Amino acid sequence: MIGLQHYLTVSAILFALSVAGIFINRRNLILLLMCIELMLLAVNFNFIAFSRYLGDDTGQVFVFFILTVAAAEAAIGLAILVVLFRSKQSINVQELDSMKG
Amino acid sequence: MFVTILFYFFATVLIGAALGVIFSRNPVHSAMFLVLAFFQSAVLWLLIGAEFLALVLVLVYVGAVMVLFLFVVMMLDINVERVRGGFSRLLPIGVIVASLMVVELVQVIWARGQPDGAFVGFAKMSADYSNTKALGSVLYTEHVYAFEIAAVVLLLAIVAAITLTMRKRPGLKKQNISAQVAVRSQDRVRIVKMKSEGKQ
Repeated sequence: MIGLQHYLTVSAILFALSVAGIFINRRNLILLLMCIELMLLAVNFNFIAFSRYLGDDTGQVFVFFILTVAAAEAAIGLAILVVLFRSKQSINVQELDSMKG
Repeated sequence: MFVTILFYFFATVLIGAALGVIFSRNPVHSAMFLVLAFFQSAVLWLLIGAEFLALVLVLVYVGAVMVLFLFVVMMLDINVERVRGGFSRLLPIGVIVASLMVVELVQVIWARGQPDGAFVGFAKMSADYSNTKALGSVLYTEHVYAFEIAAVVLLLAIVAAITLTMRKRPGLKKQNISAQVAVRSQDRVRIVKMKSEGKQ
């Protein structure tokens, strides 16, 4: 007996876990990016579950666009990370405070 | 019944993989757990009947994005112990926030009671329903402008990633082709007219 609620619950747990991951791994920039990917996955779960629930394909089209934007975000984020590591020799978030006033 | 068992199995593995992502000490292990999580979600999407997006998730995420992550993780020589320093201090806050969110969301989701039958409440699909065809027919008609914008976003990501990471190393020897082609004989050889000197 699998309903909309089951999928939404899995998505909620996934989202909460990724939020916890952002709290826990506050120092490692790569893990923060991974947690953001997990968060987007949870959001996609909701979109797909509701799309199938309502029988409307627009939700799945939206997931398609979210996947596109998330891929672009990952590419640019990792590029920034590489540049940052080259100049600072560190990806520790606590050490990246050169823009602090 | 079988589908229900499958759902619970894949959901459990998915949650376990997500836990592995946030708790493993090595970023490479985290990336591998994230791959597992994406696979499990793809299977769950297949169960619900969104097969096109499930395959896209495997191809794009597992095939491209996670490989990119692994590349970066292995390229950067990260001091794992130093990066993991604040782990225990922030653990309680993270656990509290996460469990609070789960409890609230689950309460909202389950407040209306649970209907019966496997895959209840989902819209019925006819026997010859093709998820890919259905998505294509709305993607290229109703959402064609958004589709083109998505293409531009991807192009932008390519350009941005390349310009960010391309660097000019100092002291690198390379040819300047246009200068080589444009050179004339006058630039190389200078004919000097001068009087011949007398015998000494």
